[in-house]
Amino acid sequence: MDIKDIIKPENLVYKKTSLMQDKALSYCPGCGHGTAHRLLMEVIDELGIREDTIGVAPVGCSVLAYDFMDIDMQGAAHGRAPAVATGIKRCWEDKYVFTYQGDGDLAAIGTAETIHACNRGENITIIFINNGIYGMTGGQMAPTTLDGMRTSTSPYGRELGSMGHPIKMTELIAQLPGVHYVARHSVHTPRAVRRTKKAMFKAFEVQKERKGLSFIEIVSNCNSGWKMTPVKSNEWMEENMFLYFEPGDIKVDGKLVEKKKIK
Amino acid sequence: MAKVRGAIVVDIEACKGCEICMVTCPNQVIGMAKEVNGKGYHYAYMENPEGCVGCANCAIVCPDGVITVYKVKLKQENEKTR
Amino acid sequence: MKELKLLKGNEAIAEGAIRAGADAYFGYPITPQSEVMEYLMAERPEQRTGMIVLQAESEVAAINMLYGAAGTGKKALTSSSSPGISLMQEGLSYIAGAELPCLIVNVARGGPGLGTIQPSQADYFQATKGGGHGDYRLITIAPASVQEMFDFVALGFELAFKYRNPVMILSDGLIGQMMEKVELSEQKPRATEFDQSWATTGTPANREQNVITSLDLDAGQQEVHNKKLQAKYKKIVENEVRYEEFQTEDADYLFVAYGSSSRICQKAMELARNKGHKVGLLRLISLYPFPKDIVRELSFRVKSILCVEQSAGQMIEDVRLAAGCEIQIEHFGRMGGMIPIPEEVLEALEQKLIGE
Repeated sequence: MDIKDIIKPENLVYKKTSLMQDKALSYCPGCGHGTAHRLLMEVIDELGIREDTIGVAPVGCSVLAYDFMDIDMQGAAHGRAPAVATGIKRCWEDKYVFTYQGDGDLAAIGTAETIHACNRGENITIIFINNGIYGMTGGQMAPTTLDGMRTSTSPYGRELGSMGHPIKMTELIAQLPGVHYVARHSVHTPRAVRRTKKAMFKAFEVQKERKGLSFIEIVSNCNSGWKMTPVKSNEWMEENMFLYFEPGDIKVDGKLVEKKKIK
Repeated sequence: MAKVRGAIVVDIEACKGCEICMVTCPNQVIGMAKEVNGKGYHYAYMENPEGCVGCANCAIVCPDGVITVYKVKLKQENEKTR
Repeated sequence: MKELKLLKGNEAIAEGAIRAGADAYFGYPITPQSEVMEYLMAERPEQRTGMIVLQAESEVAAINMLYGAAGTGKKALTSSSSPGISLMQEGLSYIAGAELPCLIVNVARGGPGLGTIQPSQADYFQATKGGGHGDYRLITIAPASVQEMFDFVALGFELAFKYRNPVMILSDGLIGQMMEKVELSEQKPRATEFDQSWATTGTPANREQNVITSLDLDAGQQEVHNKKLQAKYKKIVENEVRYEEFQTEDADYLFVAYGSSSRICQKAMELARNKGHKVGLLRLISLYPFPKDIVRELSFRVKSILCVEQSAGQMIEDVRLAAGCEIQIEHFGRMGGMIPIPEEVLEALEQKLIGE
């Protein structure tokens, strides 16, 4: 069978969602941000809620998220996305509101806003991209940088005694009663992508039912910051990041999940 | 004998040559072109097109969403003759 | 029959917000303005009008909640006092950059730092010159009575939406804490239909996405945006100057003051007139835009000017810039929460201006 006979509209099985704008992403080759953006837009597209969804972009690599996601969005100051989302959601109770934040934004400068939005049980969804580094500013140490990991501000490796420990924000906020659903996934393999997408569907479902805050951490790569090829960075992520930031459901239906590893 | 045949179309100019699709493909269909696109990236292409089953794994892991996937179910030979 | 109520200045802000049809209030407790949120919480505006009231975890969060709410096109406000307003400066800069209409109330207290909880007017520079980073201005209006605390909420919203610009009500602990009779206006309904052409409401099929942001990484575009902001401020300067004159017709000497100081000056003027000094008062209502034309005009008519502020002298700089001639312009003020009494102002007038 000739390839021309396969590439026909009636045989289409996968195409980028139209909610992703038709422009080149500003991310480095192989960066998980692009995949996470697309999944989020696919979920909003498939749920048919574009008209009722408002996103909040952070400061960091995804500061221009609204240039790629073709939906109404607000750009927040560094770390303030959960407060901005709170303001939006309280004014539009019936709309879907999400924040999309990196680890520097959510787990360092925005710690207070994150914890209190979670604690109030705001009916919003937080998508948290954790790549253990400040990507946008050039690879500095993040609150989630692993023990011994080299960054531009920890050139000899993160030294826990003086630089503190990588923070597990996701486990931390899962303790809060206002938080209904918490999961940690990744987007580097087809299987991981499918799990993440399923989790996003669930998160928006939780929001629709007004059960509280839904929080999805996506452990991701930063091949430029980690100074690796994209493929190598994904391997390194599996071998190192996943040991500390273990993928899987953390809180489901308002109840903490007993640890079980997924392969 | 393959019961399904697939094919991918790569948006060459949007591809950044990260190779994640290449290592993801279960049938080693995808290779990176020797030529480069306008940005200077070696872009993904079907090196072994006959192996593609249209599983879309490449497309769903592609960070830049540059892959579109098509698939057809092939009728079995004996079905045809019956 | 008029509806009258005895209210604290801070309570008047709260009642004014409900009656102006505000959609949301976000705040954080700080003396001397905590009664704003206390009154709102007790009034249950969610039942009266559907207005949302939320106690944030910090002023930083409150101002960003305001950003989010204002970005939906709805009427939202916050209030705080000096140290809290300092914390809000980051958010205010973003709000100004993103051109979001909203209202910020500063019931000012003495500083710098944690300062004191007593009234002060030392936040004039911060309120009128921008306050945060970048070239921007807040429309700043200064009430001098509890009635005006009430009235200026509606006025503030009107100006905010007219220009898509943040508006600050610059009050102080004196006006915030004192009680006066207030004539309440009728309840305005919360708007169900409003201009959503720029707001984030979710993207319907018939328009392109709306984005609220202050970011443009392209320097050329950022300059274009800045020029647009400056053009807007120019319009504000042309159209929104507000002030009041008291006995300036025959005045040899002029007090210039705003807010609580202007109240004190009214009494001082009376005392001075009783002693035969022809004193007038120019009471500024809008601090940005600064009423420079009237200051210029009066500077040609009077012998000298006394600027009375509860600060080391901030407004006086604008008065000096606006004066059209080489005229004696002096400052009198108390600082750190001390409130001048009319006799002190009279004494300053006599010593500094009249030379007695």
